[in-house]
Amino acid sequence: MITRAGALHALESVTDPELPVLTIADLGILRDVRIDGDAVVVTITPTYSGCPAMAEIRSDVVAALTRAGAAAVTVDTALAPAWTTDWMSQQARDKLRAYGISPPTAGPSGPVDIPLSAVLGSLGARGRAAVGCPQCGSPDTEELSRFGSTSCKSLWRCRSCREPFDLFKDH
Amino acid sequence: MTRQTSRNEAPAGADVATYALGLGDDVLVLAQRLSEWTARAPQLEDDVALLNIALDLVGQARNLLSLAGGRENPGRTEDDLAFWRDETEFRNAQIMELDGGDFGRTIARQFLVSAWHVPLWDGLRASTDPDLAAIAGKAVKEARYHVGYARHWLVRLGDGTPESRRRAQAGLEDVWPYVGELFEPDPVTERLVTAGAAPDPAVIEPVWREAVEAVLAEATLAVPPTVRRPTGGRRGVHTSAFGPLLAQMQHLHRSHPGASW
Ligand SMILES: [Zn+2]
Repeated sequence: MITRAGALHALESVTDPELPVLTIADLGILRDVRIDGDAVVVTITPTYSGCPAMAEIRSDVVAALTRAGAAAVTVDTALAPAWTTDWMSQQARDKLRAYGISPPTAGPSGPVDIPLSAVLGSLGARGRAAVGCPQCGSPDTEELSRFGSTSCKSLWRCRSCREPFDLFKDH
Repeated sequence: MTRQTSRNEAPAGADVATYALGLGDDVLVLAQRLSEWTARAPQLEDDVALLNIALDLVGQARNLLSLAGGRENPGRTEDDLAFWRDETEFRNAQIMELDGGDFGRTIARQFLVSAWHVPLWDGLRASTDPDLAAIAGKAVKEARYHVGYARHWLVRLGDGTPESRRRAQAGLEDVWPYVGELFEPDPVTERLVTAGAAPDPAVIEPVWREAVEAVLAEATLAVPPTVRRPTGGRRGVHTSAFGPLLAQMQHLHRSHPGASW
């Protein structure tokens, strides 16, 4: 028999395989945990539609809860509400920076209307918060590529210390 | 027994299945085309970018095909639909299957398609069908990145060297005749629009056109003349480029049915 608190504690060991410093709770992938008789029912949500880590996360959830004594585990995947970087905790952002990845700059996300003209208009304007270098802290940085090593990151370079770094994209 | 459709009534499952299949085939086929750039793009960053876009599109395709297959009776899985249908059973718009050509044509197609996807998914987020709305809620965020990438390159090529400009203009003219199909009315979409389950293509088209014309002006590229050509992708009529693409996409799965790794 496992309690909800016990299940939540066990799930603190489940991290994103592509970002091992962050738990699925840190990232906002873990949406709900409830106890249903002998079973634990966990709801997770993908970051991106094509996130290749979801299958591994699902099996890690089952393994962690089984180790903690759950008799049965059900993992549901919910697409709505759509995942947003707004759900990342401050603790998660601090961990990312310490790991060498600049955290999201907040910015527009969530279920808001951004018409096509505004999407295209905002790209040249760069009206968003400055991206700080996670190595030296300098705000003097530039984007090299909007698509980085994984779906959730873009590639940047610091003009002060000359080091390249990843930015966790606003989403 | 008669059955009346009113605005607040849930849309018919068969219509949602057909609609999701068309949109799912669009992104599946386009992802396959983009994946042909693996290790062949002009620079490593673009290899990574094009494959990231392809990965997003494959994810959207999995969601849409699972929805379509789940609403059929008897149901089919995403793999049944992706790998065990023949050419005439695919419902993608023809623009998705066209040969990617050079980088200019690939970017021109990606821009025109992503600029359509943004208002399409945006409108579909308000669908009365909760599954369509959920899939669109994720896809719209991804499409905003895709259109930004394609716009960046289209402007860079168009407003670049004489050679890059020539290729961007030629690529644009190659794919332009196929954009009309994206806004073509059909009975299934019309019923879904009436049920509040899908955005009206006639509302999306002017939004798309205004954005496209603004970016083409920025890229110093000319808007090609409107050419009417035969359509039919949504009815299973495809161009000669489609067969070889499908053969490559389905070959492994058909040679080793049920294989996984
Ligand atoms: Zn630095």
